[in-house]
Amino acid sequence: MTGLLWAIAKTLIVVLAAPLMAGWVKWLKCRLQNRKGPPPWQPYRDLLRLSRKHVVLAKTASPIFRMAPYIVFSVTILALSTVPVITVQLPVAALADVIALVGFLALGRFFLSLAGMDVGTAFGGMGSSREVTISSLAEPALLMAFFTLAMNVSSTNLSTVISVLGQRDITLYPSLIFSSMGLVLVAIAETGRIPIDNPATHLELTMIHEAMILEYSGRHLALMEWAAMLKLTLYSLLIVNLIVPWGVALTLVPGDLAFATLIVICKLLLWGALLAVSETIQAKMRLFRAPQFLGLAFILSLLGMMSHIILEVQ
Amino acid sequence: MLIASLSLPEQVVLTLAALILLSSFLLLAQVRLDSLINTFALQGLLIFFATVLMAFIAGKYHLLISAALTLFLKVFFIPGQLRLLVIRLDIRREVEVIGNPMLVMLFAAALVLFSYYVALPIRELSLLSTRNTIAISLAVVLIGMLIVISRRKAVAQVVGFMSMENGLFFAAVVSTYGMPMVVELGIAFDVLVAVILFGVFFFHIRTEIGSLDTDRLNHLTEVEK
Repeated sequence: MTGLLWAIAKTLIVVLAAPLMAGWVKWLKCRLQNRKGPPPWQPYRDLLRLSRKHVVLAKTASPIFRMAPYIVFSVTILALSTVPVITVQLPVAALADVIALVGFLALGRFFLSLAGMDVGTAFGGMGSSREVTISSLAEPALLMAFFTLAMNVSSTNLSTVISVLGQRDITLYPSLIFSSMGLVLVAIAETGRIPIDNPATHLELTMIHEAMILEYSGRHLALMEWAAMLKLTLYSLLIVNLIVPWGVALTLVPGDLAFATLIVICKLLLWGALLAVSETIQAKMRLFRAPQFLGLAFILSLLGMMSHIILEVQ
Repeated sequence: MLIASLSLPEQVVLTLAALILLSSFLLLAQVRLDSLINTFALQGLLIFFATVLMAFIAGKYHLLISAALTLFLKVFFIPGQLRLLVIRLDIRREVEVIGNPMLVMLFAAALVLFSYYVALPIRELSLLSTRNTIAISLAVVLIGMLIVISRRKAVAQVVGFMSMENGLFFAAVVSTYGMPMVVELGIAFDVLVAVILFGVFFFHIRTEIGSLDTDRLNHLTEVEK
């Protein structure tokens, strides 16, 4: 029972802290570009402001349009609850299956793109079509990277993967190097960062995620924005805990948990800083180059799996 | 042999082998000639590091001579020569036309699987800790061949050809600690001469058919039909 409470508390804390992660990346990016930048807690203000405003609905909006923000938001929370943050010893660990995680994300994306097309404006449909194109290319790469990890530790359970990887002797695994690179590329594409999508723009020719949620306002928009921040946090947690699995607590001792919290915050801040630097030194790609980018991600994940089979097992 | 039971330098050699395979895929994906040549130089550099490490792991210091030859030829001389040619022929930004790039990539991945199955029995004959990389070097050779097939421009075909040679050299290093010195020196000079001859050929092809597109060598008449 206490384990269940821990699990709920963990998810709640991560959900509440997610805007801070997005704000941190944004603030750091602004500083790197010699701008003052909004403070890291600005996303909280934005969410609060949006949730106070009235919802404006288009005449053509169907119930799906109104349901979608709640579905997307709650599905993303469900996905987030499967990712181990500071400990692998939770009763929900049995749920933490990577294939289920990919399924949750796909469900959220399905409703997001439906909502984009629902009102019938040109932008929404365009955004949905782009989102689906990109995710249909990103998902095989993501699954392939996960399968490589799963073959390495003989489990698709995230908690098991992290605890086995964290307890191993230091060994150079070519397969893990490749699948981590693939995972990072997929994460960049899926969270809509530069070079695939620019989260800071509303320029109609380039946007993907912003185009889908263009028709939303008020609390619906707040939920959609929050879900996007949750997704960024989810992928960040996956990356830091799978690539650098050391520091995740293997027990429920409070001392270990406090230490693990400190470590995971440091890892997340560092990953956010890397993301900000890479967004500063890169320009956004043309949309037609995105398949190439994701093709590279797929080849990396595939090479990871092949080098596991060829080089690492007898 | 499980990778965890190997020593750290051996693990690094295996990782380098995987990176060499990645560089072959990158060669296949490059569309611009100057980045193609740079990737080729990178592959040479990776092979140089792998050879030096193998020399120290096995204590076979004659491998260092091969490594030095690789560094001089594959990283500096041949790429430099090719770059010079590309500048002289003024085709630096030439975009290569190949079939569907993603399909070619998947075909290359299938080649890796194929060479894995082909190399399975060969692997049993070697006692070296790095014997698992035989499949990888075979795949590098086959992907080099794929580059030659899938490219139209003569310069890219030469790079594919040199990459095949890279694969053979790597196979020799990881499966038997390199070939005898005489053979190795012979191959090195062959490659050296080949590059110079290719250079001369490029100019000839160009003056004859006005392009480096080798497909056009098939035409019998000068008039397009």
